Amino acid sequence: MEIDVVQWSSAEQSQGREPKQNGKPHFYDKLIVESFEEAPLHVVVFTYMAYGIGTLFGYLRDFLRNWGIEKCNAAVERKEQKDFVPLYQDFENFYTRNLYMRIRDNWNRPICSAPGPLFDVMERVSDDYNWTFRFTGRIIKDVINMGSYNFLGLADKYDESMKTIKDVLEVYGTGVASTRHEMGTLDKHKELEDLVAKFLNVEAAMVFGMGFATNSMNIPALVGKGCLILSDELNHTSLVLGARLSGATIRVFKHNNTQSLEKLLRDAVIYGQPRTRRAWKKILILVEGTYSMEGSIVHLPQILALKKKYKAYLYIDEAHSIGAVGPTGRGVTEFFGLDPHEVDVLMGTFTKSFGASGGYIAGRKDLVDYLRVHSHSAVYATSMSPPIAEQIIRSLKFIMGLDGTTQGLQRVQQLAKNTRYFRQRLQEMGFIIYGNENASVVPLLLYMPGKVAAFARHMLQEKKIGVVVVGFPATPLAEARARFCVSASHTREMLDTVLEALDETGDLLRLKYSRHKKSARPELYDETSFELED
Amino acid sequence: MDLRRVKEYFSWLYYQYQIISCCAVLEPWEQSMFNTILLTIIAMVVYTAYVFIPIHIRLAWEFFSKICGYHSTIAN
Repeated sequence: MEIDVVQWSSAEQSQGREPKQNGKPHFYDKLIVESFEEAPLHVVVFTYMAYGIGTLFGYLRDFLRNWGIEKCNAAVERKEQKDFVPLYQDFENFYTRNLYMRIRDNWNRPICSAPGPLFDVMERVSDDYNWTFRFTGRIIKDVINMGSYNFLGLADKYDESMKTIKDVLEVYGTGVASTRHEMGTLDKHKELEDLVAKFLNVEAAMVFGMGFATNSMNIPALVGKGCLILSDELNHTSLVLGARLSGATIRVFKHNNTQSLEKLLRDAVIYGQPRTRRAWKKILILVEGTYSMEGSIVHLPQILALKKKYKAYLYIDEAHSIGAVGPTGRGVTEFFGLDPHEVDVLMGTFTKSFGASGGYIAGRKDLVDYLRVHSHSAVYATSMSPPIAEQIIRSLKFIMGLDGTTQGLQRVQQLAKNTRYFRQRLQEMGFIIYGNENASVVPLLLYMPGKVAAFARHMLQEKKIGVVVVGFPATPLAEARARFCVSASHTREMLDTVLEALDETGDLLRLKYSRHKKSARPELYDETSFELED
Repeated sequence: MDLRRVKEYFSWLYYQYQIISCCAVLEPWEQSMFNTILLTIIAMVVYTAYVFIPIHIRLAWEFFSKICGYHSTIAN
């Protein structure tokens, strides 16, 4: 789907860009190129057939377990509770017991080094088909890491630039032992908040100790009963939890679909609240900057236009896009050339691009002041630990160039280059890739459950590449995928190794479902003969 | 040499069948059970086809030729 975007004027200038005159319009002349190709029919048929066979065998095994012919390793109720409402009979428990358990060895793999571009994985085997695991004691060394959210390569071992963290650790210790309201606000937090506000080009910001809790504890503080939340279909669980906890009415619009959102907004403004027909107190649109399961970037210009037309508020969760998207890493507002003051609430986390943990909410000063008093996280949750705050300060200074070097900017540009190269090569090979061409999270569709397991095992054991595969319930049932996270610290050789391995694995497991023509550029292929596939 | 390639091809084909039909994640006794049932069904289909299809084709041919024959007698 290609969308032409009209020019947007932006009088703000962010650091690192060449200076433009004030008031000169900034043209967003890039086309948004996204693709969500559908699978061929035989693939969908085989996927459902495989799930059908798995379900039949699941029923058979449940029958054997129930009648005592086979030992039951799964969770069951106690004998005294057998006549109560059954706990483990719904589809999710059935799926976990019978389908997930068979391929469980591909998840929760323990690692024993820093999650840099190469890492070490502890080897483990199972004697009873994944019900229990044991470690053999061996470590698989130097596995290429394509799964960690390490977009700028800042989550790595200790090096000399981390000396300030050591000093902070010596002065402040590790624990804060209090909440923000009591004794837990340090000068490090104030320094960090000022720096975050400067980075994002907004008036003020507030930081919290945990990224998930930032969403789930602050949305209830912003909206309540009598308000309307319009949230995207594929929003993260933290946003959904925060929306449900708030008590507001929630309506869901189709993923990234501006027409669906406009229809809901029109109905909300025209018809008001359900029974009383009063106007809604507030309408809040919840979107994410980059959706990590789809690799798509939000259509921000259209949503901002809608927001202004229907007088709604906008909350963007930039967990995966801050630091990774945009020419200097400032997020989706910079990617589209828009003014960050137009978005009401900018939220993000420090887990992905900054190598730390925690989240922030930024926006106008009165919004942040309100949250400082009314946020549940500020009253009850422990504040951020000082060494982690120092790591974020260090990362922010590194990206903004305040430490005197241009390495931060180079890393952001290297990430963009790596992303485009990786996505382009994968599309040329013939895989089905979802999402925007600039998003650094790359989902590769696998569809069949047998192939999901074979892919993950083959990549780790034969090719020494660690990938993350995702299936139901995080994705729809028929769309299991492998999700790659490109990092700025991946060198061209590492990416080429991974691409070669993917090529071979794709041929072995027959994963190249795409029906688009491959570009015939001879210098990218090593083979001497050209054989057209299918 | 050729025999080895043929065997490799068949083992690759069997691997494809296993991962497509979810047999790769089943335990060995479940795999044997599934393969047995599938082969039994295929054998029954083949046997039925072998026994009944020639008879059905012959009957259909006679039926249609009788209609065409009826037309031709009317025309005469």
